[in-house]
Amino acid sequence: MKILVTVKRVEDPYQAIKVKPDGSGIISDGMNYKPNPFDEIAVEEALRLRDTHQGEVVAVTLGNEKCVAELRQALAMGADRGIHVRHDGPLDSDGVARVLAKIVEQEKPDLILTGKQAIDDDQNQAGQLLAEYLHLGQATFASKKESLESEAEKAKKPGLTLLPGGKAIEVVREVDGGLETLALPLPAVVTCDLRLNLPRYASLPNIMKAKKKEVKELSPAGLGVDMTPKVTTRRFAAPAARKGGVKVPDVATLVEKLRHEAKVIS
Amino acid sequence: MTKTPIGIDLFRVDDLLSEEQRLARRATAEFVDRRFLPVVQRHFRAGTFPMDLVPEMGALGLFGANLHGYGCAGMDKTAYGLVMQELERGDSGLRSFASVQGALAMFPIYTYGTEGQKRRFLPKMARGELIGCFGLTEPDHGSDPGGMTTTARRDGAGFLLNGTKLWITNGTIADVAVVWAKTEGGGAGSIRGFLVERGTPGFSSREIEGKVSLRASVTAELSFQDVRLPEDAILPEARGLSAPLSCLTQARYGIAWGATGAAIACFAAARDYSIERTQFGRPLAGFQITQEKLAEVYSEIVKAQLLNLRLGQLADRGEATFLHVSVAKRNNVRAALAAARTCREILGANGIIDDYPIIRHLVNLETVYTYEGTHDIHTLILGEALTGMSAFGG
Ligand SMILES: Cc1cc2nc3c(=O)[nH]c(=O)nc-3n(C[C@H](O)[C@H](O)[C@H](O)COP(=O)(O)OP(=O)(O)OC[C@H]3O[C@@H](n4cnc5c(N)ncnc54)[C@H](O)[C@@H]3O)c2cc1C
Repeated sequence: MKILVTVKRVEDPYQAIKVKPDGSGIISDGMNYKPNPFDEIAVEEALRLRDTHQGEVVAVTLGNEKCVAELRQALAMGADRGIHVRHDGPLDSDGVARVLAKIVEQEKPDLILTGKQAIDDDQNQAGQLLAEYLHLGQATFASKKESLESEAEKAKKPGLTLLPGGKAIEVVREVDGGLETLALPLPAVVTCDLRLNLPRYASLPNIMKAKKKEVKELSPAGLGVDMTPKVTTRRFAAPAARKGGVKVPDVATLVEKLRHEAKVIS
Repeated sequence: MTKTPIGIDLFRVDDLLSEEQRLARRATAEFVDRRFLPVVQRHFRAGTFPMDLVPEMGALGLFGANLHGYGCAGMDKTAYGLVMQELERGDSGLRSFASVQGALAMFPIYTYGTEGQKRRFLPKMARGELIGCFGLTEPDHGSDPGGMTTTARRDGAGFLLNGTKLWITNGTIADVAVVWAKTEGGGAGSIRGFLVERGTPGFSSREIEGKVSLRASVTAELSFQDVRLPEDAILPEARGLSAPLSCLTQARYGIAWGATGAAIACFAAARDYSIERTQFGRPLAGFQITQEKLAEVYSEIVKAQLLNLRLGQLADRGEATFLHVSVAKRNNVRAALAAARTCREILGANGIIDDYPIIRHLVNLETVYTYEGTHDIHTLILGEALTGMSAFGG
C-alpha cells in the first residue's frame, strides 16, 4: 500500500500569537513552529497502515525552505521519503489542493491522508478540494470506535480498515452526535481527526536516520500550478482581551447573573 | 503601551542549530511536557523516580544519545546538550538519570570496555532494559576521589573488591555498577574501573533517606564485602584517576546545558506569575524591582545559552577540554541556582509550594551545585589553569 501524507508547518499553538500592528499578518519573529497536529495524526495512521499491510509512506509539504524541518520530523517518525514543494508566498487551500493533485498524479498512491485542517488558518478544505479535483471518494474527520486508552491503540493498530481484497478502505468518521462508517474504493482521500490515534515521537536514532532519507524538491511552477491565491486575507485582528471574572457570593446570585446579565439561561 | 513579552531565544541561537538538533530538542521537550511534568510532583513528594517512563526514554533514544553504534542514537554533542537541557527543564532528577546512564555508566564501557562488554551491556542500556550507576565517591572521599580506599586485589583469575561508595545515583535500582577501586600499589595511578552486577555475592546497596534535594531520583550507598569479580569485570583500558574524571567531564558537559533548562523553567514560571498576580493595584511585573529580577535572570539564561552553544561547537570539533566544561558547569549552575532563588522570591508564598516548579528546581540545584565537582572544585580547576598554581591542598 502506497500512502501519500501531508505535513504542514504551523505555529506551535502553545505560545502567545501576536498580530502585526498593521494587521497584515502575525509576528513570526521568535515563534516556534511544528508539524500541524492533525497531520501528525495522519502520519501516524499512514505508518500503522504501512506496517500492517507493507508498502511505502511518502510525506509531502508545501511552503518555504524551513518546512523541511517538519518534513524531516515525519521522516523521523518513520515515513520513507519526502517531497518538498517549495513556495515562499501565501498559501490558500485551493492552491494546496491543486499542487497535491499533481503530486498524486505523479506518485499514484493508493491512499491520501491529510489532517482534517491546519491549525493555523483552520480552513478545513484542502482534502475535500483534492478529492474533488481528482474525482476520488473522500472521508473527512476520520476517527475510530476504540478510545485512545484502548488496547488496540496501545498495540498501534490502524484505525482505518483495509477491506478484504485490498481495493477499498473502511473509515469511521465523526459526525454530529455520533460516528458514521463509510467504505471507500481506493484510491481515496481521508482527512484525520483528533481521536484517530496518538502520534508517536520521533526518536533520536530515527532523527539521525531521517537525515539520510530522500527529500525531493519540486516547485508549483514545475508542476504547472499557478499559486496566485484565490482567497486573500484582508486583515488580521487579535481577539478582544478577556475581561476579568467576578466572584459571586452564592449560587443564587450566579443563577441570577447567568439569567439576566449573561443571558445564557432563561 | 504594553508590548508582547519577548521569547527566551533573544540571540537566535535556534537559527544556528541544525535540523536534527532542533528535532532532538523538540522530541525531548514533548516527552517532558506530556509524560514527565504531569507526574513529577507526585514523584518528588514520594522520593521516587518514575521507573515506568524508562522504557519510553529508551525508545526515544535518550540514553547515551551521543554514542555511536550499539543501539545508540549517534547524535552530535550540541543535540545531546539540548536533550539534557530539555530533560532538566523537567527536573534535575530526570536529567541525572539520563546523565548517569549515558555519561557515567555507558560512556566508560564504550570508551574503556572490551568489545564483549560493549555488546553485552550497551544495547540493553540504550533501550533502558539495564540500568547503570557510577560509584566513585566514598564516605570519606568526595572532592578528592584520588584518596579513595576501595580496593580490588588480584585473586586468582579475578579480583576481590572491598569498600563503600556513597551518594550513588540509581544505586539501588542499577543492574550494573561501574565501580572505581585501587589495585596493586594503592596510588591514584592504580585506580581501575570494574563492572559489578546486581546480585553478585557481597555486593549490597541501601537507599539514602531524608534527602530534601533531588527527591525524584534514587541515591544510595553501595557496599562491597569480599566481592569476587571475574577477570572480565575489569574495564581494561581505564587506568588511573583520569578514567573516571573523563566520565565526569562527559556528565558535567550535560549539566552545563541541563542547568540552563532548569533556569528556563524557573524564569517562565516567575514571569507568568508576575504578570498575573496583582498587588497594590498593579501586576507584580509592573514594579521596577520585579523587572530588575526578571532582567537579571533572563540575561543569565541568554549568556548560558551562548556559552553552551559554543561549548557544543568545540565539543563537536573534538576541541572541548575539561577546562571548557568546568567553566561552563561552574557558571551555568551558579547562574541557575541564583535564578531559581530570585524566581522563587517573585512568587512570594506560592514560591515555596511544589504546585509551582521553582522551589523544586531550587532545592535540586543545590545538589547540582555540589555533585560532579563542587563549585569550589571547578574554581580551583580554573584557578590552576589561570595561574599555574594548584590550590587543591595536600
Ligand atoms: C544527590 C547526589 C547524587 C550524587 N550522585 C553521585 C554518583 O552517582 N556517583 C558518585 O560517585 N558521586 C555522586 N555524588 C557525590 C558528589 O559527587 C559529591 O558529593 C561531591 O563530589 C562532593 O563531595 P562531598 O560531598 O564529599 O563534599 P566534600 O568533598 O567533603 O566537600 C565539602 C565542601 O568543602 C569544599 N571543598 C572540598 N575540597 C576543597 C578544596 N580543596 N578547596 C576548597 N573547598 C573545598 C567543597 O567545595 C564543599 O563545599 C552525588 C551527590 C549527591 C548530593
